[in-house]
Amino acid sequence: MKPQPTEKQRKAVALISGGLDSMLAVKVIQEQGIHVEGINFFTGFCVEGHTHAVRKKHKDKQKRNNALWVAEQLGIKLHIVDVVEEYKDVLLNPVHGYGKNVNPCLDCKTFMVKKAVEWIKEHDFDFIITGEVVGQRPMSQRRETMPIVAKDSGSDDLLVRPLSAQQLPATLPEREGWLDREKMYDFSGRTRKPQMALAAQYGFKDYAQPAGGCCMLTDESYAVKLKDMWANRPSRAYELDDIIMLKMGRHFRLAPHLKLIIGREEGENNFMQGYKNQFVSIFPTSHPGALCLVDGEFKSDEELNQALALVARYSQGKNAPEVTLNVRQIDGTEQEYTIPPMAADEINKEWIV
Amino acid sequence: MSAEQTHSQPVKSHQVDARRLLCPLPVIRTQDAAAKLQTGELLTVTSTDPGAKLDIPCWCRINGHEVIEIKEQDHEIIITIKVNQEG
Repeated sequence: MKPQPTEKQRKAVALISGGLDSMLAVKVIQEQGIHVEGINFFTGFCVEGHTHAVRKKHKDKQKRNNALWVAEQLGIKLHIVDVVEEYKDVLLNPVHGYGKNVNPCLDCKTFMVKKAVEWIKEHDFDFIITGEVVGQRPMSQRRETMPIVAKDSGSDDLLVRPLSAQQLPATLPEREGWLDREKMYDFSGRTRKPQMALAAQYGFKDYAQPAGGCCMLTDESYAVKLKDMWANRPSRAYELDDIIMLKMGRHFRLAPHLKLIIGREEGENNFMQGYKNQFVSIFPTSHPGALCLVDGEFKSDEELNQALALVARYSQGKNAPEVTLNVRQIDGTEQEYTIPPMAADEINKEWIV
Repeated sequence: MSAEQTHSQPVKSHQVDARRLLCPLPVIRTQDAAAKLQTGELLTVTSTDPGAKLDIPCWCRINGHEVIEIKEQDHEIIITIKVNQEG
């Protein structure tokens, strides 16, 4: 009997967000005998984990990275790629614009798939899979925009969406017989019922269901803070620390050149301590209270007094006649001030970002 | 062969300072450092993110590395792993 040539083990890389859809997409492809590994891109805005890590309020939530957790459930390797620097151009100059907030979803998806194309070339993988579902999201997962992602990313017919494959043109892995189209799905629309049924079929019980995805750019209050930062700086350029600080504390914009970030709880205060060499800081010494980081500068004594009184307001001395506070400069020099706390009705609502 | 002879080649030990970094950066720093090491070498990661206690061992299980020790001191989480590039 003539020996048959061994068929090459086909390999796919999956974009793993940590949510249910990418988890299901991987499983569907694994079931067809494909070797799958995961890739997860860190843009700096996947910050749900940051909040849970820092805020004690969230101590009931397990501090786990969902992408890693999903990879472990699926038995696949996960490659986490830091794209913070490259992502700046995606956010600042999106070709297809923003969604409801500051979410450049279509450009973002295109960027990530493009990075995955580079990755499969480098690692000799055959194709890419995502958990996208036709009509699931208003910007990047519409029937009209899904071909744009495939074309602009350069992935073309190497991009497989197993949950909606039967709704989309056949891809190269299907035409070559590596994948059976009939064993993929035809999900569409915003309903989650088909995904939940498939999850039950696979025995997936514990999975993350982030509202609006795992990206802070879709969050309205985060978007307001980011827009405020951009509006009050000479340019929209940002660093990772800037975008992490937007998640921390209460933000008060006292003037275009002056914003206060006041910790909301012990966990945030501890985390913000690490920034005392980058920001002027204020903290009460006569009473327990919150740490404040000063983003900008005081141009008058009035501004300094407003800041001191506001920080005093968020200390346990808020009902005391006076609170003593320490102002620490970036170089470590310190000075103490004593001031009456601001009354609740003196807080200008326009300051609140 | 005596125990001394067995250990005549000292195990190389490396450090990653991931303090003040939040999830998933401690994992990324660990991943990038481990990629440059040989099987058997030790990597000690110091983090202040409580999430590292779950995430780094999870990353190790996925990638076949071995967690040797996890300890906490002064709000820091110190995890030592033995690198395995065979997987």
